[in-house]
Amino acid sequence: MMQMTGAELIVKLLERQDIRTIAGVPGGAALPMYDALSKSEQIHHVLCRHEQGAGFIAQGMARVSGRPEVCLASSGPGATNLVTAIADAKLDSIPMIALTGQVPLSMIGTDAFQEVDTYGLTIPITKHNFLVRSAKDLLDVVPAAFRIAMSDRPGPVLIDVPKDVQNQMVSFEEYPDVVVPDAAPSFDIAAVEEAAKLIEAAERPVLYLGGGVIHSGAAHMAVTLAEQASLPTTMTLMALGAMPMDHPLSLGMLGMHGARYTNYVLEEADLLICVGARFDDRAIGKTAEFCPNARIIHIDIDRSELHKVKDAHVAIAGDVGQVLSELLPRVKPQLRKRWLSHVESLKGRFPLAMPGVDNPRSPYGLIHAVANCLDDSAIITSDVGQHQMWVAQAYPFRRSRQWLNSGGLGTMGFGFPAAIGAALAAPDRTVVCFSGDGSLKMNIQEMATAAQEDVNVKIVLFNNQSLGLVHQQQSMFYGKRIMASRYERPTDFLKIAEGFGMRAVDLDPAPNPRATLAEALTTPGPCLIHATIDPNEFVYPMVPPGAANSEMIG
Amino acid sequence: MSEQNTSATKPLSEFIPEVPEHNGFHKVVLELGVANHPGVMSHICGLFARRAFNVEGILCMPVGTGSTSRIWLLVFEDQRLEKMIKQVEKLEDVLYVNKHAGEHPVFGRLDEFFQ
Repeated sequence: MMQMTGAELIVKLLERQDIRTIAGVPGGAALPMYDALSKSEQIHHVLCRHEQGAGFIAQGMARVSGRPEVCLASSGPGATNLVTAIADAKLDSIPMIALTGQVPLSMIGTDAFQEVDTYGLTIPITKHNFLVRSAKDLLDVVPAAFRIAMSDRPGPVLIDVPKDVQNQMVSFEEYPDVVVPDAAPSFDIAAVEEAAKLIEAAERPVLYLGGGVIHSGAAHMAVTLAEQASLPTTMTLMALGAMPMDHPLSLGMLGMHGARYTNYVLEEADLLICVGARFDDRAIGKTAEFCPNARIIHIDIDRSELHKVKDAHVAIAGDVGQVLSELLPRVKPQLRKRWLSHVESLKGRFPLAMPGVDNPRSPYGLIHAVANCLDDSAIITSDVGQHQMWVAQAYPFRRSRQWLNSGGLGTMGFGFPAAIGAALAAPDRTVVCFSGDGSLKMNIQEMATAAQEDVNVKIVLFNNQSLGLVHQQQSMFYGKRIMASRYERPTDFLKIAEGFGMRAVDLDPAPNPRATLAEALTTPGPCLIHATIDPNEFVYPMVPPGAANSEMIG
Repeated sequence: MSEQNTSATKPLSEFIPEVPEHNGFHKVVLELGVANHPGVMSHICGLFARRAFNVEGILCMPVGTGSTSRIWLLVFEDQRLEKMIKQVEKLEDVLYVNKHAGEHPVFGRLDEFFQ
């Protein structure tokens, strides 16, 4: 018979799931959990400076490891500060466990100090959530949370634990089993055969890969399928790296900021094979005009994604890795000379223009200069905005989980704490966070966390003293009326970084910015690398919001 | 179940409470088996509410030993309904969803409480 408090049981159950790092911020209603953590020899607690930072650090760890990672916060403002990071994990299907303290059961509903309805708040932004009413329930709830977070389409799960439940003694005979993901749903082999026939019969097929390919660990199979059936392959923002950018079949990213030829190829497709993607509006533009002549094969583990935006001719609800392993032996090797040479000629006529790629003081040039200092083992994160799109277009991603970014929610402030999480999960790798001055300010306090943990994270800051993508849209679509997108007062980011105990390097005055950059990237430890960018540099091409992908500007 | 006393005399459809018709869509009754704990209703209603999908009627009672409940929802069949059902089926606490015709008697018997 074992006996312990609810808080101690939580920590034991986390340890049994092999959790080694937790990111969090303590507070009154979480103190029993923190007390229990003080006795854990396995779990390293990373003290964040804001709960949103903790949520994104957990996400960064999970995006690298592919398994659920944990963040921890107190009740009330602690929980509300986690909300953005939880919603972000939901939209990008990231497995994460959020643990929150809550006021004692008897005080719930009384507007007690630091009480907020965390359960109610997080219903629409979690895959599932729990309000634990007795310590004994933790024996079921904690394993269930892990199982739900990592099974099928992954997602965040929140466990709200009232303080008295944390303190309550619980006796039990045995620990529950360590949980593993549920078996993926079985799927119809006849549909797979139908898909193989469509692929064989198609003249102008395109493979369209999404984040599900990364989650499923199926990138190599997707590439094999493309090679076997001669499929030009495009990737969503979430799938970049699934096929190496320099692969001859790669069309790069599609959609709002995809290359012209990519969107043109899709327009001509007679078959679209969508694997682990969800026809997001930023990827497909105006729905009715996306791949207007194509039949659609849609493979996704989430049944509710099938036929959601576009009706599929063949829809297969299954793990994309399992489906691809059934599909591969059924797809006849084929060399589509005509189609591939047509794609090649579109690529030649409408390539991605990268002005300034040889100049490290321009956006594309800086991205290439960074890439030239790193190998494929480096992890790249980004914040949200112009710099994100430039990196998505131009960085030579070559493997799964090399690229971490906030796709669905588009959260400014994601990149830096996610990079810290990535570095904690993969301490032997260099982690580079491309950021903008607008985004970086949204979680800049985590510089203190990075310095404390001495993580190998380099921020490459594109400073245009603007909310660049807002500035761009106002310039292009709102009659150049620039409203609230310019920061009138400059910020001294170098001083801020140094104030937090981080090294800072400025490329602006450097006589040889490539050398300065290389030195900064190869020196271990956290470092801010600052570069001024012209605010009138825009991301092109651009599909106006709501327009068809064929209506690109630039 | 004693269906004779009410349904023998009038067609069942007359027992469906009058709700504003939009666009001539049919009414549909959904039957959900769910885990019985506080918060389940909130999960389900939230799904409909955030898509501005009105639920015209709701009934919920525990069944058997009380570890599960059955929820009956009266909704309009519009083109989003199949997608809605798939979203509902995804909820961890939802065990099954059955779709019935709008004439299903479960709401009809409640008519007298809404006079």
